[in-house]
Formats: sequence, structure tokens, C-alpha cells
Amino acid sequence: MARSDKINNQTPPQFVGGGKRNRFRRRGNHAPDISDCGFNALLVGNPNTGKTTIYNALTGFNAKVGNYPGVTVEKRIGECSLGESVINLQDVPGSYSLSARSSEEQVAINAIIGREGSEKPDLIIVVLDGLNLERNLYLALQIAEFELPMIIAVNMLDAAEKEKIHLHLDALSEALGLPVVGMAASKRRGLDVLKNAIVKVLNEPDIKRGPGFLWKPSDELDQDLQAVIAAAEKSGLELPKTESARKAFALWLYTSVGDDDELVGIPDQLRTDIDNLYHKALEDGRDPDGEIITARYAYIDRIAKSIVHRPAARAISRTDRIDGVLTHGLWGFLIFAATMTILFQALFAWADPFISAIESAVGFAESAILSLIPAGLFADFLVDGVIAGVGNVIVFLPQIILMFLFITILEDVGYMARAAFLIDGLMRRIGLNGKAFVPLLSGFACAVPAIMAVRTIEDRRSRLITMMVIPLMTCSARLPVYSVIIAAFFPASEKYGPFNIGGLILLGAYAVGAITALLAAAVIRRTILPGKTPALLIELPPYRLPTLQTIGRLTYERAAAFLRQAGTIILACTIVLWALLYFPRNPEYDHDYDAMRVEADGIEEELAVIENMQVSEKLEKSFAGRIGLALEPITRPLGFDWRVNVGLLGSLAAREVFVSTMGVIFGLSEEDSEAGLREKLANAVGPDGKKLYTPLFGLSLIIYFIYALQCFSTVAIIRRESGSWKWAAFALTYTIGLAYFASLFVYQGGKLLGFS
Amino acid sequence: MTPLSKLKTNKTAVLEKVEGERRFRRRLMELGLTPGAEIRVIRTAPFGDPIEIEVRGFHLSLRKAEAARIKVLPLH
Repeated sequence: MARSDKINNQTPPQFVGGGKRNRFRRRGNHAPDISDCGFNALLVGNPNTGKTTIYNALTGFNAKVGNYPGVTVEKRIGECSLGESVINLQDVPGSYSLSARSSEEQVAINAIIGREGSEKPDLIIVVLDGLNLERNLYLALQIAEFELPMIIAVNMLDAAEKEKIHLHLDALSEALGLPVVGMAASKRRGLDVLKNAIVKVLNEPDIKRGPGFLWKPSDELDQDLQAVIAAAEKSGLELPKTESARKAFALWLYTSVGDDDELVGIPDQLRTDIDNLYHKALEDGRDPDGEIITARYAYIDRIAKSIVHRPAARAISRTDRIDGVLTHGLWGFLIFAATMTILFQALFAWADPFISAIESAVGFAESAILSLIPAGLFADFLVDGVIAGVGNVIVFLPQIILMFLFITILEDVGYMARAAFLIDGLMRRIGLNGKAFVPLLSGFACAVPAIMAVRTIEDRRSRLITMMVIPLMTCSARLPVYSVIIAAFFPASEKYGPFNIGGLILLGAYAVGAITALLAAAVIRRTILPGKTPALLIELPPYRLPTLQTIGRLTYERAAAFLRQAGTIILACTIVLWALLYFPRNPEYDHDYDAMRVEADGIEEELAVIENMQVSEKLEKSFAGRIGLALEPITRPLGFDWRVNVGLLGSLAAREVFVSTMGVIFGLSEEDSEAGLREKLANAVGPDGKKLYTPLFGLSLIIYFIYALQCFSTVAIIRRESGSWKWAAFALTYTIGLAYFASLFVYQGGKLLGFS
Repeated sequence: MTPLSKLKTNKTAVLEKVEGERRFRRRLMELGLTPGAEIRVIRTAPFGDPIEIEVRGFHLSLRKAEAARIKVLPLH
């Protein structure tokens, strides 16, 4: 490593604020940016070790979030200031081991050896949880085998003290030959010591390196590893330089690569070679995985004897006592139900004032623009295209923020694991993961935050299946459509026994949506996404108080990611849709509106009616209108005419827009849409005098809305969370296909039965 | 050898072997469920599944079908 710059060598490092930041410059004095900075450090560790809290404390809020190439896991990298110097700190997603089966799990190993979008690290800080040091040491041992500079940070000492667990960190340091820092990051203990240690390690003339292999592989295993190294070299893979690191990487390849892995960047020939080696070992009666893992744990158990001292009598910890209530029978479920109800309330009700505020702000911006810019194409583009588009994006923020505040608090506290534990028995029977419960439930409020919440599920296949069915949960945007249709065709007076027909239909819509979601999941599991359901292994961490900074940062990251990646798509689609509804601007009208205006002689009401008529005809002759007309042959069998088609096109922006678009077509002004549309739909007559729309049509339309993914915000978020357009397109097509045939069935079936 | 799924609440056992598909075995063993490790069953979830166990100082939840692949020697 041609690094001759060193951290500003003033001892001891000063942690006073202010002072010039002395960044490392490469040779040549160009202005530094984050990729120019000298040292790169990694922060790794198990999940639930408080790693994010340490990361926040070290980097403040300057961290940038990006993406590892080809993977939906986020890359978090920021600057950590150490006195007068600055280094790059990358937060690697929490993992129990470096071994990987999917491209997401590969992120850790790639970061350690510096491939696929990561720089080679100069220092690796491993965060361990003081409460279960043994398991945490496994990852540390794996990393140590790469002989890179390391610091061990044992966090959560405060919790360990409470449980009367005694940790001899000096003994740990001696055994591993590495600096060990004790911390309680949530109480801000140990941060300065850690910073000191980082400076010290990076300043060493021969930087102190990890101890390498602390266990001895058997001769057969050694031979296998040499064979893996040879095969890797032959395949052109870049290998680490030192002997120990090459063997460590070979170990990783040996345990991770197999005939059914989903790893990226592994040449096929290498995969075959490693697979053959592994199967040969099995045939010889060996168990390579078992040998490797038990050897590491044997070492850990040996040194743990002098490092970890647990109290002799097993005291019932606070966590155990809380769990006695929370995961137990009736009380557990009541609390679970209460928690889920609060989440539901938050998404349905508490978000409302914020959403209204945003809508008002958007409305205000629109009027402001209209008063500043002369009326015309540009003003319309800005107002109905750009500002409306931005509004369509921002309107999701309250629900996303509330959702993630809720989820991250529950996760930080430790309750999420218990919730999944409680509900998994039920979810498993319907083929879903316990962690899918919260996303599915949230789908009743809005699919967008619900699909974002799916990332709490570890397994990619389960995530995709859940994402594909969430749109079938009846989201709150469908309600305005349902209520207008029901009011128009199923008035409150009609009853079926003691039940109001309209109410029954509404209930039915919710039920059909949810049941179809479960059935769809069952079908997708067996057809489009076959595979094994991986083991549901959830760690149930000790309860602890939430760290507000961590929660704030994680929630902020989710909201920012949404804005950046889904927001742009939503904005673009809004503008396209606006154009379709707006152009051509001056069609050949059937009526002479200007003449009519002159005749109206200044009477306000008449002028308003003329205006609405003109807008309606303009919409009819727009591109959207033409598309609606062109689609009529396909949609007639469902009972939909071109007007409904245009409404459906408009509702792609947001389902509620269906109502306002239909309103405009019927010559209502946008404000009057909801009230007036009811009446218009019920009474509209065609040229032959017969009613255009019937109750059967109403039912058919409701059925269509139950299934169809009529919302490009949902499409955009599926694309974001699944990492490709393929799945977004699939969700769109299968739901619309389902909607089409269901509506067809209901409408034609109804006609056959004599309803109309 | 008893499957872990058959172990009653509050009972402790010593792990003898983990069976099953390669990735499953590897994950469990890397979490510390290695031969010789002590496992204690803490509770069963209300629907009968999953179960919560304690091993190497931490709590893990796993489904009964998965626990059945873990063979243990009960302690008394």
C-alpha cells in the first residue's frame, strides 16, 4: 500500500472543535473530496450490537448513502473526524458471519478484501456485543484470518454490568493480540478511547495486523484450501497478497460457493471446481463446514474461559421477566394487537394532518405560480405537471416517516423480534414469514411504505413474494372510488335483510383483497418464485432503551432513499400523464364555445357551465381521451366505456384521481367532482336514451379496483425495493390481468343471470 | 439422540449434531450451535411454533421443523 501520508502526527490527538481539517491528499494538491481522503476504515459486527450508534457517533450526520452495485443493500460511508484528521468510515451491514449465499450477503467479504465497489480497507473495527461475546467472536475470528489491521470494540458494557457479567478485556486483547476498547455507545462511553485507538493503529509504522489463523486446519482441509487457491488463480479472480489472507479467502470460497448459490462475480469454472472439492470431501466421509466452524468455536470457548465470567446462579434477567409477559399467551397477544393497532392508527389517522398540510402547501404553490407566470402552456406544465408531480411524491412522506419511526423504535427496543416470534406460527401456515405481518398490515393504509417495510425480511425470495401481494391489500386510496360508486349505484336505502348492500360490498372488497393476497402468495411461491423457504432464525436481543439518534438517522435514510429513487419516477410519470391529458391543446371542438360565451352575456353561472363543457370536450379529444376510445373494444365486455378508461388512465397517478378525472369528463369542475359525480354516474344516458352505467357496472368497476395495481407510485417503489423493473412490471401485469378477468367474469356473468 | 423439537420447556441439553441442508447447517453452526454446546429451551410461541432457545448466552427463535433437525442429548 503506497501510503506515505500519515495522520497528522500530533500526540495526543486533540478533540477540540474547530481547527482546520487536515485531509490527506494524494500526491498533487488538487482539492479533496470524499474519494480523495486517505484512510478507509470499516465498521463490522453482528446485528444488534449497537454498531449504528457507534457509526453515528463517529461520523456525525455527514454520511452519504449510496448503493453497492447490483444490490439493494445500502452502502453507508461517511467521514470520521479524529482531532485534526479525517478518515472514511464505511458501515457494513450487520452479519453473523462472512459466509454468503446471496449477493447481499457478499457485501461484507467484498468490503474486507476491497472488491466490487469497495476500497481496500486500512482498518477494520469489529463491534462485539458484550452480552454474548462468544458468538460475536466468530465473525472477529474470520476477519482476523485476513491479517488486516483491526480494533475490537466491545460494546454494551453497561448492559453486561447490569447482568453482572464480568469481561476481562485485557485477557481478550492478549489472546488476540489486538487492541480492545470497552464501550457503552448509547451512553457515549468509550467513544474517545475508540478514536484514540484508531489514530494509534493508523499511525503505527508497521501497522499492527490481525493475528491470522488462530486454529489449525487439518491436513486434508489444508490441501483443499490450496486447491481452492489454485483454482481461483486459474479462473482469474484477484486474490489477497499475504499467505494467511489467501487461505482466509479460500476458506470463504470453500464455504460459500456451491452449486445453488446466488453469488456474483464467481466464474463458473471456479464454482464447479469448488463444488467438486466439497463433494469429494463428503464422499471421503469428511465434513468441511463442521470442521471449520467447530475449530473456530473450540478456540473461542478456550479463551472465553478467562475472559467471560457469568454469575454462577442464573439470575432471571429483566429481559426474561418482560418476555414472560410479552411472548406469553393472552397478554402477549393483547399487547401485540395493541401495538399493531397503534401502527395502523398512525398510518391511517395521524398521518392525515400532515398529508393535508402538504396538499395545502402544494395548492398554495400552484396558486403562487399561477399569479406569477402568465397563463399558458408553461404555467400549466409547471402547475399541473411539475408541482403536482412533486406533490404526488411528498405526500407519501408522512406515512413513510411514521412507519419507519415506528419500526425502528420497535427494532431498537427489541420488540420486533418478539412480534415476529408471536405471529410466525400463523404466518407459516399461510406460507409467509412472521416478519411479513407488519408490511402486509400496513398495506391496508398504503402500499408504498408497506413495500418499503418489507426489507426487514432477510430472505430475498420471501421479500419478493410479500412485495408482489401487498398491492392486493385494500389501500386507503381505493376508498374514495368505492364510496362514489357505492353511493351512485347502491344507495343506502337498498338492503339485504338487515344489512346495507353498500356496506356489504365495502366489507367484501376488503375481504376479497386480503384473501386474494394470501392465495396469490401461495401461487407465486409455487410457480414464479419456487425455492426453499429458508430457516426462520431470529435473534431475540435483550430489551433496551431506544437510542433516539440512531432512530432518527435510520428513518431519515429511508425517507431520503424514497425521495431519491422512487420520487424521480413518480415525478416523471405525473408529467407524462399530464401531457396525455393536456395535449392536443386546441382540438377541433364540436361546439363554438366562444360564441356561446358571448351569448351568455356575462352571467357567471352560465359561463362556468360553458367552461366546464369546454374542458370536458378538450379532455375527450386529448391523447388520453383517444387512448380511452381506442381501448373501448377491450373494456366494453367489462362494462367500461371510453370515459371510464380515461378515468382509469388518470388514476394511475393516484387512485383518487379517478374521481376527479371522471368528474371533469362529465363537465363538473374539479371541486364538485365527488358530490356531483355520484349523480352523474347514476343518471348518465347515452345517445340511445339508455342508461350508460348500471349497478352491474358499478360492481364490475369495484372488482377491477380491488385487484388492479393502479398506482405508479407503487410500481416505482417495487422497482426500488426489488432492484429491477422486472418485478415491478410483473406486479403490474399480473394484477391488471387478474382485474380484467375478474371484472369480465362478474360483468358478463351478471348479464347472463339477468342483472343489469 | 433426541430432536431438539422434543425437548420440553426449561430443559437443557447438549448438542450432538445438526442435520439438514448445507446452508441451514452452516448458519446454525456459525451462530454457535456446535457439537457440545449447551442449549436450553425457554418457551414455545402461543401457536405452538416457533420455539425460543438459549445458546452461548443469547436467545434464538426457530421453527419446530428446524429444531427437529438438531439432535441433542438431554441433561438431567
